[in-house]
Amino acid sequence: MNFLRNYLDRQKPKFEKGGKLEKFHSVFTGFESFLFVPNTTTSGGAHIRDAVDLKRTMIIVVLALVPALLFGIYNVGYQHFNAVGGLAETTFFQLFFYGLWKVLPMIVVSYVVGLGIEFAVAQMKGHEINEGFLVSGLLIPMIMPVEAPLWMVALSTAFAVIIGKEIFGGTGMNIWNPALLARAFFFFSYPSMISGDKVWIAGDTADAISQATPLAQMALGQSLSYSNADMFWGFIPGSVGETSMFCILLGAILLLVTNVASWRIMLSVFAGGLLMGWVFEPIVHVAAYQQLLMGGFAFGAVFMATDPVTSSQTNVGKYIYGLLIGAMAVIIRCINPGYPEGMMLAILLMNTFAPLIDWFVVQANIKHRLKRAKAVAN
Amino acid sequence: MSKVIKLKKGLDIKLNGEAEKVVQTTGKITRCALKPTDFRALTPKLVVKAGDEVKAGDVLFIDKLHPEIKFTTPVSGTIEAINRGERRKLLEVVVKADPEIQYRNFGSTEVNKLNRDEVINRLLDAGLWPMIKQRPYDIVADPQVTPKAIFVSAFDSAPLAPDYDVVLNGEEKNLQTGMDCLRKLCNKNVNLNLSANTPATSVFNKLQQVEINYFSGPHPAGNPGIQINHLNPINKGEQVWVVNIQDVMIIGRLFNDGRYDARKIIPLAGSEVTRPQYYRTLAGASINDMTAGKLKNAVEQRIISGNVLTGTEVKSDGYLGFYDNQITVIPEGDHYQFLGWAAPGFNKFSASKLFPSFLCPKKQYTLDTNYNGERRAFVVSGQYEKVFPMDIYPVYLLKAILAQDIDRMEQLGIYEVAPEDMALCEFVCTSKTPVQQIVSDGIALMMKETN
Repeated sequence: MNFLRNYLDRQKPKFEKGGKLEKFHSVFTGFESFLFVPNTTTSGGAHIRDAVDLKRTMIIVVLALVPALLFGIYNVGYQHFNAVGGLAETTFFQLFFYGLWKVLPMIVVSYVVGLGIEFAVAQMKGHEINEGFLVSGLLIPMIMPVEAPLWMVALSTAFAVIIGKEIFGGTGMNIWNPALLARAFFFFSYPSMISGDKVWIAGDTADAISQATPLAQMALGQSLSYSNADMFWGFIPGSVGETSMFCILLGAILLLVTNVASWRIMLSVFAGGLLMGWVFEPIVHVAAYQQLLMGGFAFGAVFMATDPVTSSQTNVGKYIYGLLIGAMAVIIRCINPGYPEGMMLAILLMNTFAPLIDWFVVQANIKHRLKRAKAVAN
Repeated sequence: MSKVIKLKKGLDIKLNGEAEKVVQTTGKITRCALKPTDFRALTPKLVVKAGDEVKAGDVLFIDKLHPEIKFTTPVSGTIEAINRGERRKLLEVVVKADPEIQYRNFGSTEVNKLNRDEVINRLLDAGLWPMIKQRPYDIVADPQVTPKAIFVSAFDSAPLAPDYDVVLNGEEKNLQTGMDCLRKLCNKNVNLNLSANTPATSVFNKLQQVEINYFSGPHPAGNPGIQINHLNPINKGEQVWVVNIQDVMIIGRLFNDGRYDARKIIPLAGSEVTRPQYYRTLAGASINDMTAGKLKNAVEQRIISGNVLTGTEVKSDGYLGFYDNQITVIPEGDHYQFLGWAAPGFNKFSASKLFPSFLCPKKQYTLDTNYNGERRAFVVSGQYEKVFPMDIYPVYLLKAILAQDIDRMEQLGIYEVAPEDMALCEFVCTSKTPVQQIVSDGIALMMKETN
């Protein structure tokens, strides 16, 4: 890779201060550090450093999302042909490419808009470009309905990146999960495009295809028309990437083995959901475990609630935070008919309260220290 | 056997180049230096000038704020150079060594017959007092204060650290005298902390009149700061003192032989050393005298006075630090790695499970000084906690320091930590946060605001 390195070394002075292309310094270093881990050496402090960096961490999350994404793309095609008929005659690849034709533009829009803003802000502030959006940019299309208009996806992404992240100082400083914030913006700005029965199945013509999701059926008090197996494998309508519990669990395994996501949070979200599902079983006539199979519960538990920046930071706090997300999601689903899906709001709500949970946990440590001092003084 | 405290949190970084347990004689040590920069928050006042003749134990500089604290030369000879840095900051006082060391005589005495003040005065006069450090703040102790306890760790768990059983073999008499001296200083509460797998025949098990505790677990189990946190944590207003075990021996010699005899044994270790072994040397010895002809010189190297986590970079014309008991030489890492964050990285070490290194926990690595990434804001949580065995929330403490919130720093335990205790946090950090620098800044701020 020497020729590439030499090329970059030749171009570098142009982007340095005083160079012709100084304006694009952040963009250049962004790409350079993407291609080559920099040659910076330690000075002061520890002389050796762990091989891990944020790029490595983020790429693992992206990898963990791949099974759910691929299945989601396939499922878009499957649901379409299932609804319009002709499923038996279409091949696997036809289904997949139909889905890809629908989903790829959303992914492109999300990355282009999000990264564009990231690059611009980084350059304005003289920062380096952060890796955070590599994950957010993929999460956003995965939690949108397939029929979401692209300009709305673009607007939601822009809102999430600017208001959700950059005004707080970028990756690591944000209070709410950016991807969920994009969805929340979408949800409250264009409710008709992200709820009801007409947006979950891709259609070709002006006539939208109407089909209820399991969540909608539950909200209306109908009995579920989908089998547990369909919900587990993911052959149900829903947001692009959220339907397959199986593929999400594959991602979860990768995240847990590599320790990128907190098992404490994941476990406690599922526990909270199961517990509250059990409480509501007699009311909504849906088994507690089915709550975990429906809608975005698993996706949220595995990929959103575990976002290290917006979740609780302390180990004790993580249990409380996760438990409350799981419980709250099911409560919203079961009690509030306006929002058939509670996961998004539950996570955003607990994002808001995560610092408070941590505050109590840390305060306990402080009290403990004061008590120790008092015991000595007496 | 008294109690064993088992620590689970921490990390052993296994590096190539561990010193063989053989003690070699270095050639002649031609120069020694005393570096005021080794002492946190010290304002030195020079009392010698270039060309002066000194004997081992003669004063080179004193603490401007505590003139009774003297810093003396470990070797006799001529003051060769007084090296200053920016704004005339005093960096090194270099002494060119005599062929044969001449010692200033302090008179040998039975330490048990002296009272506390006499012991203190003798340590101050001979320049051994700076060996006693206080916690909080990790600075030279204040002779006016009586600490609640003194802690001596007899094992170092850092990468490639010396095995003090090898270093201090046969030094029972001096160690015992040193311990007796420490007992005089602190109402007889001296804690000697040993590794749980110290052999029964070890010299440390023979020491009398000290409280022996055993620790097991990965680094930083050997750090006195960690041990204090588990045995007798520091509360606001309290002080404990810490002395390195090799320095205890040197203190012992002062009373037994009546002189500042700064000879010590240290390992020369690391992957860039041809034959890593232990060497007899002097405190503040010239690095060149220690390393000449012993390094591989195949790649660009970094010489570290101390260990890879907490040591100080020195050039070959530099000197061993006052508190350092090893020299480590590792390769420099100023090279680019093509898609390094995506490559499998079989020869890389990580405490995370994002590299294959977690599958082969016994493997030893040659690690260089590459930063392995770029500085970021705090993103990953729960990472520091795994390598920081104290009842403290490390990230919250760091954030309090960054926010310069004195009250919060105090509440979160700034009194209990020294930068070295959090060195592993710095090593593992995904965001490459300069943890030790932040803790140092926090300590400086506390000292400024509370005085």
